[in-house]
Amino acid sequence: MDGWWRRDPFFIRYMAREATAPFVAAYAIVLLVGIVSLARGADAYEEWLEALASTGWIVAHAILVAIFAYHTYTWFQIMPKTMPPVVVRGRRLAPEVITFAGIAAAVLASLALWILVAYGAP
Amino acid sequence: MADTRKIVLEVLRYTPGQSTAPTLQQYPIEFTDDMSVLQGLQQVKDFVDGSLTFRWSCRMAICGSCGMMIDGAPKLACRAFLRDFLPGPLRVEPLEHFPIERDLVVDISDFVDKLGRITPWIEPREPRSLEQGEYLQTPAQLERFESFSHCINCMLCYAACPQYGLDSRFLGPAATALLHRYNSDSRDGAQAKRMELVNSEEGVWACTAVGYCSEVCPKAVDPANAVNQNKTASAVSWFARFLPGRG
Ligand code: SF4
Ligand code: FES
Repeated sequence: MDGWWRRDPFFIRYMAREATAPFVAAYAIVLLVGIVSLARGADAYEEWLEALASTGWIVAHAILVAIFAYHTYTWFQIMPKTMPPVVVRGRRLAPEVITFAGIAAAVLASLALWILVAYGAP
Repeated sequence: MADTRKIVLEVLRYTPGQSTAPTLQQYPIEFTDDMSVLQGLQQVKDFVDGSLTFRWSCRMAICGSCGMMIDGAPKLACRAFLRDFLPGPLRVEPLEHFPIERDLVVDISDFVDKLGRITPWIEPREPRSLEQGEYLQTPAQLERFESFSHCINCMLCYAACPQYGLDSRFLGPAATALLHRYNSDSRDGAQAKRMELVNSEEGVWACTAVGYCSEVCPKAVDPANAVNQNKTASAVSWFARFLPGRG
């Protein structure tokens, strides 16, 4: 079984999906640090924001966005396989519909967040 | 033959007791557009080499006996067409993850044993006498498990599952799909017994959601869905222990 995942493109995509997961977890910690600094006061929060504005972090963010996009895509791709059947008017919802709805929701939520950050809360 | 084309079949040969290791043998054949890989193998067996051994029966993707690795992927030989593998050569090997019995025939006893262990029948939820009539079920209740009853036991999903390949104690896709078929049947009452198997070491938690099993399934059974729904069921039954009044 050595090197089994190199045998089929499907397995390579699976391994790529799994490899993106630690980055998601790591970034959750970064955001958590942000919340902790917010709780510690305005100065600590500004410091955290400043740190994220450094060139290193901006480059990291550009790479992370690509990684998260792939993770999101594959996550919703596997989602229909992980949930009980959704029965609408006596028929099971097709997996493609669930995947599409998930990706659409992720895109809309990201856009909403983007607009909120860029133009401020209404 | 009208409109024939040529392809070379590269078939794995192995006879326990005679061969020391599997070898590949090439068989050039002529085929027409409507010929399946199974028909290609039959042509070899009938006219070239009668010792070539493989399983088949229905020739129409319903008996589940002709599963093999075709061009590296688990497929039914009667459902794969030679024309799709031009220019060739086309590699044909026995199903991955099972011991070879001879040539393309594998030993399926592990799978048959697993099938026997999932209580593959309905144990009535409530006893009814003949006078009380049959157990009724609504179309919505049928919809919950029907697709999982479409399995033809071809074992392609086992050949597709790296976790089964790494540790064959894992109950695996098709057996779990069939287990789920009975567990989600409104007439059945043996869920608790089957959940013991689901929760066990060889149960659903060995699955890492690769999902290739559902991809290769010729009957759209979606065994990965059955396995992952049972992870939820297993987690729920574990946490339910902490509820008051539960053992
Ligand atoms: S679940 Fe699909 S691939 Fe697996 S044995 Fe049944 S029919 Fe074959
Ligand atoms: S011969 Fe029956 S499934 Fe292929």
